[in-house]
Amino acid sequence: MNLARRDVLKLSITGAALATLPIGTLFPARPVQAAYPDNAFQAKEVAKALQDLFGTTDTSAGAVKIKAPDIAENGAVVPVTVSTGMDGVESITILVEKNPSPLVAHFELGPRTAGYVSTRIKMGETSPVIAVVKANGKLHTASKTVKVTIGGCGG
Amino acid sequence: MAKNTIKVRAKIKGDECVVKTLIKHPMETGLRKDKKTGKKIPAHFIKEVVCEHKGEKVCVANWGVAVSKNPYLSFRFGGASKGDQIKISWVDNKGDSDSKTATIS
Repeated sequence: MNLARRDVLKLSITGAALATLPIGTLFPARPVQAAYPDNAFQAKEVAKALQDLFGTTDTSAGAVKIKAPDIAENGAVVPVTVSTGMDGVESITILVEKNPSPLVAHFELGPRTAGYVSTRIKMGETSPVIAVVKANGKLHTASKTVKVTIGGCGG
Repeated sequence: MAKNTIKVRAKIKGDECVVKTLIKHPMETGLRKDKKTGKKIPAHFIKEVVCEHKGEKVCVANWGVAVSKNPYLSFRFGGASKGDQIKISWVDNKGDSDSKTATIS
C-alpha cells in the first residue's frame, strides 16, 4: 500500500501533495501515525474504502454505539458520536454509505485514548451511517440510518 | 499559515481528559458550484488533525471532504492531569496549517 501511495504522489505533483508528503516520510515510526489514506477517501463504495483502509472487508457486528439524529434537518451538519466500551481500540472510522465518497473520517487513537469520538459530518441524502471500530486487530461495526431532508452536498 | 482557527477546551472528568475542539475552516467538497459563474469551487478541506499530549499522539484524525464546515471534534483520553498541555494542529489539502496549545483544566 505504501508503494502505491508513493507512486500516486509522484504522479500528482500538486502543491497539496507536496505539502503533505513530509508528514508521512519524515516520521515513519510514529506510533499512531499512518499515511493519509488517499485511495480510501476516493473510493466510491464502502467495501472498497474498507479494503483500502484496513486491507480487509471482514467485519463483525460488535459493541459499537452510534449516536446520531433519526432525522437530520440539515445534511450539511449531522452530529455523530461513536463510542465503544471495548479495550484496545486502535481506530474509529465513520462512513456514510450513499455519499459520493463514503469514507468521511478515520481516527487513529493512541493507547491511552478512549473508544470515543464525536464530530459533525455532511450527508448528501438519507443513508446508513456506518461506524467501524478496530480493536485488538479486529473490525467491529455498527450502522444507523439517518434521514436527511436537505442534502449537504449541493449548493 | 492560518491564524486563530482553533478553539480548544480540555477538562478532566473522572479519570479521563475530555477534549473538545472547534476549527474554523470552509471544508469545501469540490462538488459545489459557484452560483454566479457555474464553475466548480475547488476542494479545500482539512486532511489531518493531530492531538498531542506530552509529545505522544493521542488522536490523529484523517478527514475527507464530508466533514462539516467549521469542524467539531471531541475525544477522551486517560493519563492526563490538570495543568498539562495539549497541542492540536491541522493541515489542509492546500498545505495551510495551524496549531494551538491549551492547558487542561
